[in-house]
Amino acid sequence: MNKIYSLDITKEHCPITFVKTKLMLEKLEKGDILEILLTEGEPLDNVPKTLTEQGHKVLEIKNIDKNIFKIVVEKAGN
Amino acid sequence: MNNQKKKLSIIAFSGDFDKLVAVFTLASGAAAVNYEVNLFFTFWGFNAIKLKQNRSFIGKGILARVFNFLMGGLKNVPLSRLNFFGISPKLMTYLMKKRNVAPLDKLIEYSIDLGVKFYACEMSMVILGIRKEDLIPEVKEVLGVAKFLEYSEGGQVLFI
Repeated sequence: MNKIYSLDITKEHCPITFVKTKLMLEKLEKGDILEILLTEGEPLDNVPKTLTEQGHKVLEIKNIDKNIFKIVVEKAGN
Repeated sequence: MNNQKKKLSIIAFSGDFDKLVAVFTLASGAAAVNYEVNLFFTFWGFNAIKLKQNRSFIGKGILARVFNFLMGGLKNVPLSRLNFFGISPKLMTYLMKKRNVAPLDKLIEYSIDLGVKFYACEMSMVILGIRKEDLIPEVKEVLGVAKFLEYSEGGQVLFI
């Protein structure tokens, strides 16, 4: 069964935004879903891009509150 | 996916607080976006990888021991400007925490967790009389110029 996890990096700054994302994804199994909350600007510009570069599947990017976005990503195999 | 892994190698020469923040920000950030990251610690940079983080008399011979004591460790690295006898790095750490920017010890911890590779310069160790046991266990290897060139080949190199 694939599980759903969540991670809030709205209070973090570069480089911890993608450091935390990467460390979290390392704990997940292939096919698991991670929902990431982040702010617009640097995190929104870079986190989804680097996830795609690393082969993960970004399923959804949604504006959920003023400057807060939710990204849904599916973990790829290692 | 690109199977040729991108690579960043940093020569950490300066043991200043602010410059070490730059080293470990780049290291953890690059490792998080899948770069292979090599850190080569030399001379003052040893401040970041000494096992004893406070001032301590480590090393071989009296001169080396006094020098290492004065040089200190991670807990007393100075700011490169406006150090004010060591008050500034503490203020800076306070500000970083308050503004939610990762402080130096956290950046080092993240770098280790993300598999950043640590190397120590052999020549500096001889001068400072430091043995491998005096360094944190994350230091994989003690090496010289030839090995450094080999490990950094094909990637980007920074001197900080």
